[in-house]
Amino acid sequence: MQINLQQVTADYQAGPIRSPEILKSISTTIKSGSFTAVVGKTGSGKSSLLKLMNGLLVPVKGQVSIGEIMITSENAKQSVKEARRKVGMVFQFPESQLFAETVEKDIMFGPMNFGVPKAEAKEIALEVIERVGLDATILSKSPFALSGGQKRYVAMAGILAMRPDILVLDEPGAGLDPKGKKEVMDLLHAWHKERGLTTLLVTHDMDDVALYADEVIVMDEGRIVFQDEPERLFSEMTAIHQWGLELPQARKLQIRIEQEANVRLPRICLTLDKLADALIEAGLA
Amino acid sequence: MNKLILGRYFPGGSLLHRIDPRAKLLAGISFIFILFIANNWITYLVLWLFTFTMMKLSGVSIRIYLRGVRPLIWLILFTVSLQVLFTAGGEIYIDWGPITISSFGLINGLYIFSRFTMIIFVSTVVTLTTKPIDLTDAINYLLQPLKRLKLPVDEISLMLAIALRFIPIILDETQKVMDAQRARGTVFGEGSLPQQIKKIVPIFVPLFVSSLGRAEDMANAMEVRGYQSNNPRSSFRRLQWQKTDIAALFAMVLLAVILFILRTEGHHFH
Repeated sequence: MQINLQQVTADYQAGPIRSPEILKSISTTIKSGSFTAVVGKTGSGKSSLLKLMNGLLVPVKGQVSIGEIMITSENAKQSVKEARRKVGMVFQFPESQLFAETVEKDIMFGPMNFGVPKAEAKEIALEVIERVGLDATILSKSPFALSGGQKRYVAMAGILAMRPDILVLDEPGAGLDPKGKKEVMDLLHAWHKERGLTTLLVTHDMDDVALYADEVIVMDEGRIVFQDEPERLFSEMTAIHQWGLELPQARKLQIRIEQEANVRLPRICLTLDKLADALIEAGLA
Repeated sequence: MNKLILGRYFPGGSLLHRIDPRAKLLAGISFIFILFIANNWITYLVLWLFTFTMMKLSGVSIRIYLRGVRPLIWLILFTVSLQVLFTAGGEIYIDWGPITISSFGLINGLYIFSRFTMIIFVSTVVTLTTKPIDLTDAINYLLQPLKRLKLPVDEISLMLAIALRFIPIILDETQKVMDAQRARGTVFGEGSLPQQIKKIVPIFVPLFVSSLGRAEDMANAMEVRGYQSNNPRSSFRRLQWQKTDIAALFAMVLLAVILFILRTEGHHFH
């Protein structure tokens, strides 16, 4: 499902303090089926951009199109409901949204809000809990009796159970150990591929961008300042510093090797596998 | 949830911001008592003038004060309408048995309305211009005499300080949890009353869980840093009493005196 933003301006309200124009006249298209990473400094408007996708933030000016659904400041009340049906959103630390007596009920909460009958919601719960790699016996347990990692998976299952066409992820691996984080990201990426979803991922980790994204958006002071393939982004060394971004580990290593050995590899490598291949090709390894 | 103004602090450098929190707290409390001196239109006018001067001095826009009244407006209107409907006397405009609308009732209603809104405005002035932490220091100081009655004053003010400290955090968290449940299809503020009450559960349970977790972290952090409730504690911020603070309290005395002079003697509406 394609996402299209046309000159979207949005304000952000935190308590009595209103920050006008946290997003400044943003226009972009996110292709159907793409996995797009959104990066930028803290306060650059990343999270606000995500919230536009399901109407948690409504544009003051301009319009957001989610497939056929159009959200503007005038029609927000109606369109937002339809958008939320299509867009699954995994917040930072999603385990803090768990509330029901059993894991099963918590997973069924989303689908049933969108009108899925109880029996069917039960089936979905069973399906997704196994899909996220947890045992079906967990369904009858209280979500508060689980370990931190399990809670995270249950919360994600609750979103996946809504069968969204668009997946919006706000640092889904935050606070997990590297292994746990990789498992979460691999799972979400696999789900994205399997279902042909359109996915947006906010992250601070450039290795996530390198590993999973096929497009990357850079936000700076409420504007989109870059949108293209990750390879292109990580070749713009000066701009990257200016936007407060880092390089992926493999790219850093590549630059280091190039300097030390005084060579230039034929292409920009963002993952260790690709770097190894490039080194073999160049006859350096 | 985000529109709650009462109890919030607005950073600024106005004269009112600089007054000692003890003076501000005393002035705020005395204002509530002074309110009851007023009993005719001129005294209420003086009080309104005072209230507006304070609001102006705080450097915060009037619109924010009005937003502070909004959550309480139904309670105020309810009380006012009771006054209007059940006070007899003066010229009677409408008379349906026990329910009468009279000139006394209308005037009384107006006075009650003024009292409510002025109390809200003035206490908002105090909290908007005082850091919560300073306010608790002030409360701690003013409660010191109660120590003689074996009241754990320091603990009470510490509890208060912690509670105040966590209000913004918990409000933020409420917003986050609400957003998360909205994203899962909950529409707040729709449906019948029982349905709406049911929708609160997915907000409250996560909030309780995280608050308990936070409380435990806090307790542990205090314990590892050697907090002992019965030990005397020193303070990093010392409150300094200055001339302006005396002037502020004097202003309140002056206000009371003016009202005593202007009030109607021996004439009560109640």
